[in-house]
Amino acid sequence: MNDQTTSAAPKKSSFNWARELERYALLIAWVLLILFFSQVAPASFLTWSTFSSIIFGSQAVLLILTLALIIPLTAGDFDLSVAAVLTFSAMLLAILNAQMGWPLWAAFLVCFGMGLTVGLVNAFFIIFFRIHSLIVTLGTASIIQGVILWVSGSQTLTGVSNTLIEWVIVKRFLQIPMAFYYAIILAAIIWYVFEHTSIGRRLLFVGRGREVARLSGISVTKVRAGALVSSAMLASLAGIINGGTTGGADPLSGLTFLLPAFAAAFLGATAIIPGRFNPVGSVIAVFFLVTGITGLNFLGVDTFVQNIFNGAALIVAVSASQLVRGRQEQGIT
Amino acid sequence: MSMSLASARCGALSSSAQPNSKGAPKDGAPALLAQHISKTFGGERALDDVTFSVAPGEVHGLLGQNGSGKSTLIKVLSGFHHPDPGGSLQIYGKDVGLPVSVGSFRSLGLAFVHQHLGLVPNLTVLENFVVGDLATQQSAFLNWPKMRRKARETFAQFDLDLDPETPVAKLPQVERALLAIVRAFEDIRAEHLAHGLPGILFLDEPTPFLPKEGVDKLFSLVRGIVREGASVIFVSHDVDEVMEITTRATVLRDGQFAGTLATEGATKDEFISMIIGHKVEPYQAVPQDYSTKAADISIEGLSGGALKQTSLGLHKGEVVGLTGLIGSGFDEIPYLLFGARQAASGQITIGDQATDVASAKPMDAIDQGLALLPADRLGAAGVGELTITDNMTLPVLDELRAWFGLDRAGMHNRANRLGGEYDVRPNTPVMKLASLSGGNQQKVLLAKWLQTKPVLLLLDEPTQGVDVGARQQVFGAIAQAAEQGSAVICASTDYEQLSQICDRVFIFARGQVVQELRGTDVTKDRIAEQTLLSLSLSGGYKPSDTTGAPA
Repeated sequence: MNDQTTSAAPKKSSFNWARELERYALLIAWVLLILFFSQVAPASFLTWSTFSSIIFGSQAVLLILTLALIIPLTAGDFDLSVAAVLTFSAMLLAILNAQMGWPLWAAFLVCFGMGLTVGLVNAFFIIFFRIHSLIVTLGTASIIQGVILWVSGSQTLTGVSNTLIEWVIVKRFLQIPMAFYYAIILAAIIWYVFEHTSIGRRLLFVGRGREVARLSGISVTKVRAGALVSSAMLASLAGIINGGTTGGADPLSGLTFLLPAFAAAFLGATAIIPGRFNPVGSVIAVFFLVTGITGLNFLGVDTFVQNIFNGAALIVAVSASQLVRGRQEQGIT
Repeated sequence: MSMSLASARCGALSSSAQPNSKGAPKDGAPALLAQHISKTFGGERALDDVTFSVAPGEVHGLLGQNGSGKSTLIKVLSGFHHPDPGGSLQIYGKDVGLPVSVGSFRSLGLAFVHQHLGLVPNLTVLENFVVGDLATQQSAFLNWPKMRRKARETFAQFDLDLDPETPVAKLPQVERALLAIVRAFEDIRAEHLAHGLPGILFLDEPTPFLPKEGVDKLFSLVRGIVREGASVIFVSHDVDEVMEITTRATVLRDGQFAGTLATEGATKDEFISMIIGHKVEPYQAVPQDYSTKAADISIEGLSGGALKQTSLGLHKGEVVGLTGLIGSGFDEIPYLLFGARQAASGQITIGDQATDVASAKPMDAIDQGLALLPADRLGAAGVGELTITDNMTLPVLDELRAWFGLDRAGMHNRANRLGGEYDVRPNTPVMKLASLSGGNQQKVLLAKWLQTKPVLLLLDEPTQGVDVGARQQVFGAIAQAAEQGSAVICASTDYEQLSQICDRVFIFARGQVVQELRGTDVTKDRIAEQTLLSLSLSGGYKPSDTTGAPA
């Protein structure tokens, strides 16, 4: 043995089965889930129309919201205000477009302007006053929710322009509504930014080691603010898509997206690039959750099962991922 | 293999030999006798048939490079790792079954102080001191005055100036270490009173983040503890410290027992060659005299933290050391210049471009060609859970572009090339930074900045927690950067390191330069002596070339 060898060279294993399995476990679980329901649920489950309109087609809003969340999560900040921004955006759209007759583009501008403002306010309090993001965004979420109830008079509004509805759910490709493709395009853009731009690297370093990032010349303030503004703007987009899906806006239902979106974000972080929030994992996570819930609905289980399934899937998946890591005894020091 | 390596003079034990009788209790049993301890991780032997013993009342060193198996051995003894079958462990002559069940070490009279000390910063000294009792005793009523009295008595016994009511967060690092050690000793003492075993205290590298003065305090505490009859196992890779404090020391190399040396009579070379298996030629720069040349970089009126109105002149290719006692402010300079900490005032002039340091941010400093390698390796210098590639390429992402955005293959190749150049082991760019040894982490982080060809490289304790072999490589990399035209500032309390790499050394006291050593004066002993004298030197120093003008 060579005396100069201070640390033994690692074995050149070409393929690490455990790691690859961990990366694709969620995808495999999704396929198994589909197979399972195709056996136990009525035959109508395993048809293209179920997949095109329900599993892929119905949850574009949840998917966009999940994608919005993983940006500040990667930078190390929570944004609990996204669901409120989504609801407010849909409400503004309904008020301006349906009630006041504004053209769609003008209403969109206001929606995105609102998202920008909320993002900046969040960033200001989180970064300038150094308050934890959970607290600030919990506060802004509550304020926005109050404003929504005020401006809507606690009423559900309808009558959003048909053009929007058409471009969101009526027009289809392969029978899947356009909203699905918007969400997938967004996921692809975020994937590109995360993996192939220096902004993505900076975001990652800011989230994992703020001091390291700062001392490497990264403007931590700008990156964090940018992430919070992005999540709020994307939540506004999710609100517009929601308005197009439902044809209007109601003051409360948007909030039900918050927990599933967080569940999907964390679930997605166990897949593809385990341990990192990543858009591909998020997409798989959303479809995994939606498939489970749809399948259970086909079996005639009540709608309350949604929450139970989301929560249980999250805990089981994260535990399983932890178990895989824990088993490999780490660190030879 | 472990047996054959041990020469008789080393006093190593073979499995059948009687333990060293020096200081042994009446029945002659050693305080600790560990035999044939092995540990395999996923096919790799981290510990290979290690046997060693510790006498009662002895300070026993445990030495070795990073990756030599020291930590694994300690973790086996504390029950954290299960050893491979075949080993045995005796404490004061009594067989203890392996694996040691976690948590039972306390009842065996063992106590451990790890580098991270295990203190809760938000709680007071007293609360931390009694946390062991709080965890194990069922009591409906806590007698705080009594606990406070007991803590005061213990602190007084060891001459520790600790106030029980101070939150630990407000203590300097030295006092935190002292608190952790004295707390561990209290556990042992309680056990001693209950079962009559004097106890064994393990100190797992308690010193790398302490300045010299702190180490002295810590050593006097350790001497006080062995006077009480307990044994101390002192894990370190600092040979000087081991030679100063221990009676004997066991050396591990590549997971195997390399030998046990009686400290008295052993030379530093003997230790070093046992640690690394062959003699190292210590890196030694020949100090260059720049005093006749005009300064290329001048720093004027720098203040901030403990530092007051300091001016320095630097030359291209020069390595300048900064040192002093705790609180003298020398260690602030790299951070202030880089904008990592806000300076109160100051100006840096590089070539003919002057910049106000007080308003500079790290990104401005980088634009000027400065680079900072902070001492806090995984807190400020690099991110442990990200890969070598991610860490290395962060400052140069703009160079690594392809038509599709970032050139991922190019990033990997860059990390691979730099890893080869700086001898990162293993040179596997997809590995997480945290899974490398301290020395290899430092090579990665040094490479991260040296690839930017900095005009001024700022270092703070660049070889803290770095093993002997990697240390020489880090020095080599610094020297190479200087040769290629970088000026280097190195803040350190490691006098040997300063003497090896520096052309000049500035000694600080009360926030100002009090002495400048150059040429043949740049020796370990001169630096140590002048630093110790520094408080009486204040005021007398007239900088000869702060502006770089010929003397």
